[in-house]
Amino acid sequence: MIVASVLIVGGFFLIVGTILIKGLPALSLDLITKTPGGGFYMGKEGGVLNAIVGSLYIALGSSGLALILSLPIVLYINVYLKRSSKLGSIARLSSDVLFGIPSIVYGAFGFTVMIYFGLKTSLLGGILTVTLLVLPIMIRTMDEVIRTIPKELLDASYSLGSTRLEASKILIRQSIPGIFTAILLSFGRGIGDVASVMFTAGFSDNIPTSIDSPAPTLPLAIFFQLGSPVDEVQARAYASALVLTIIVLLISIGARTLSKRFSKNKI
Amino acid sequence: MANTPHISVQNLNVYYGQNHALKNISIDIPDKKVTSFIGPSGCGKTTLLKTFNRLHDSSVDVRVEGKVLVDGEDIYDSKAEVTHIRKKMGLLSQRPFPLPMSIYDNIAYGPRIHGMRDKEKLDQLVEQQLRDVALWDEVKDRLNTPAVRLSIGQQQRLCLARGLAVQPEIILGDEPTSALDPKSTQKIEELFVQLREKYTIVLVTHILRQARRVSDFIAFIYNGEIIEFAPTEELLLNPKEELTKEYVRGFVS
Amino acid sequence: MLVLTILSVLLAVFIGLGLYLRSLPLLELKSVGSLLTSSVWKPFKGEFGFFPFIMGTLWVTGIAIVVALPLCLLSGIFISEYAHHRVRKIIVPFVDLLSGIPPVVFGVWGVLFVVPLIQEYIAPHFVEYATGYSVLAGGIVLAVMIFPLIISILLEVFGTVPRELKDASLSLGATQWQTVKFVLLKRSMPGIIAAIVLAISRAFGETIAVLMVCGNLPEVPHSVLDSGYPLPALIANNYGEMLSIPLYDSALLFSALILFIIIFLFNAISRIVLSRIERRMN
Repeated sequence: MIVASVLIVGGFFLIVGTILIKGLPALSLDLITKTPGGGFYMGKEGGVLNAIVGSLYIALGSSGLALILSLPIVLYINVYLKRSSKLGSIARLSSDVLFGIPSIVYGAFGFTVMIYFGLKTSLLGGILTVTLLVLPIMIRTMDEVIRTIPKELLDASYSLGSTRLEASKILIRQSIPGIFTAILLSFGRGIGDVASVMFTAGFSDNIPTSIDSPAPTLPLAIFFQLGSPVDEVQARAYASALVLTIIVLLISIGARTLSKRFSKNKI
Repeated sequence: MANTPHISVQNLNVYYGQNHALKNISIDIPDKKVTSFIGPSGCGKTTLLKTFNRLHDSSVDVRVEGKVLVDGEDIYDSKAEVTHIRKKMGLLSQRPFPLPMSIYDNIAYGPRIHGMRDKEKLDQLVEQQLRDVALWDEVKDRLNTPAVRLSIGQQQRLCLARGLAVQPEIILGDEPTSALDPKSTQKIEELFVQLREKYTIVLVTHILRQARRVSDFIAFIYNGEIIEFAPTEELLLNPKEELTKEYVRGFVS
Repeated sequence: MLVLTILSVLLAVFIGLGLYLRSLPLLELKSVGSLLTSSVWKPFKGEFGFFPFIMGTLWVTGIAIVVALPLCLLSGIFISEYAHHRVRKIIVPFVDLLSGIPPVVFGVWGVLFVVPLIQEYIAPHFVEYATGYSVLAGGIVLAVMIFPLIISILLEVFGTVPRELKDASLSLGATQWQTVKFVLLKRSMPGIIAAIVLAISRAFGETIAVLMVCGNLPEVPHSVLDSGYPLPALIANNYGEMLSIPLYDSALLFSALILFIIIFLFNAISRIVLSRIERRMN
């Protein structure tokens, strides 16, 4: 049993360690401050700044959008519906189920919708698809936090004559750290996902300038660089993977620190 | 006291983290008698009971100091074998917790763990134990149904039978009737009175009338200390300590 | 608010419907049965046999579960029943962090570590030459990816087994291990199965990490060292060309539909089981 636990925790260190050892030598300032120059994928000058920025745009945009969409849903489930409400439990169940739907399916779905509306692969398409992907994470995380707030608090506020809207405000204020956790988790998932954006956001060597220009993403940049036969480019893929790992770990640790007092051993 | 003590507690201290839950407890539990622990909630009576079969072992942040001798053997000695100690004691908890298996398997669980494989012997034993707790007639036709389908009162008697099946010497009851209706409570109490012939019984209860009905001795525990330990009638009707007087006053009047 | 809530519930329906509509052109020409059982994959000739891809998915998923389940069960039992709470506080955060690592990083790790490991140390014992890019590599990478999911659900399920129930077994003289075997595991069985089903559905849908390490040959694998080509990898690898070949897009979206239906059902069933367990606890 101890061996099994060590293996599992060891898995984490093995991954981070491997990425660190292989990625560190190729990590340079150029990599994170420059966009790909001509012949970048053949080993020439440049960096993956375009992809870093593109990923940040997508993660930021989709987390923001998902927050705007999910907050009313979570409040509706928790404030307006009764605890025993059918709709409430169906909504929770469906967010659990949607949470399990793989990103490639969201990607394929986003793609079909975009064809239907005649949209090209773009930053907007990426943001919308990733929003669908992180929406369930957002709903689950916030719902979990809000449910830990004692019902008596709501009752107390009602008995002082407050409306449901005011009660909602109290709930939000009480669960701000939880909301931040949800944003961070969504952000982490959004920045790291490939399968949903490869169909919908496209790729380019430039930093996206408008919402309908194609948006490069860091994971996809890693994937492309790794496919190159040139050693130097592969090394840059490892370094880019290291950059992504560091970003994501920082986000995870931040989210954990915030959520510590709300729930244990939840993911 | 007439008999030699079955359980002898000497200078026992128990800590939950920073909280000093039991303070310097020393008490001799007499053999083949019913001893009740009474006291307000949170006074430490359940904690004391659980030290007798080392159920604190797996708890986080519990520290036990001092000695608990069972049949003269210190159960907190590093050489003591915990399963052997626990086998000597049957435990009845506040709510019945039947194991997730059939009625039959619940009773057979203990004996099987201790190596009994003979189907005939097991059958016999199960019947015997169920008869002992007056449950046989109620369940003999559905021994293979899950135990959770029984009523709460039946479940509690099943748990008692399950404990008796490993042939313990001591029965520990942690407010065993607190979840039961009056009728089931009465049945359990009657069983205790019968069982006292063969077993040493230690009971935690907050019902003074119950303590009076079933026990030979009562220990009054308050704030982690034993305030008074005396034969039942004496403690209830003629307490020596002020604290005891105050606690049993409602009972006397 | 109500509208948004209902829309979120209906999202799954929209996804299923959208994918179905796009796969219709293919489904009108061929029966579902022949698509699923045929092994001929020649998009240019309009032949779309999904059998190799389905088998690729099953192999990779099967290996992942076989590797991950025993490890996760043992480690879950250790964390919840044996480990000191300080040890627990050290282990659990790492499991959490593992869950946050992006798939592409798992893929890079697979390429750098698992594939060479198989090529140099494992495969030579069995075959003359192997690239290491195999369903085994995919399975191992996936196994590590599903560790956190399985462990977190197991810990939750184990946590719902009342302390008193374990005490009851212990006080009958059972050892800790006997108590785990006969009481904890038995009582947690529905939850354990739900965890496995969720893990399977996660493994089914994982795309990029598997794609990077399992070789992607459209043939039915016959051993763990063979290459495989799981469904998600098929979609991801070919999205670029799918609009240039007739029916190709329909075929790829049909595979997304297969994935969606299987995973949706698996998830729904296991989530319902898990919420029942939680409710029983309250």
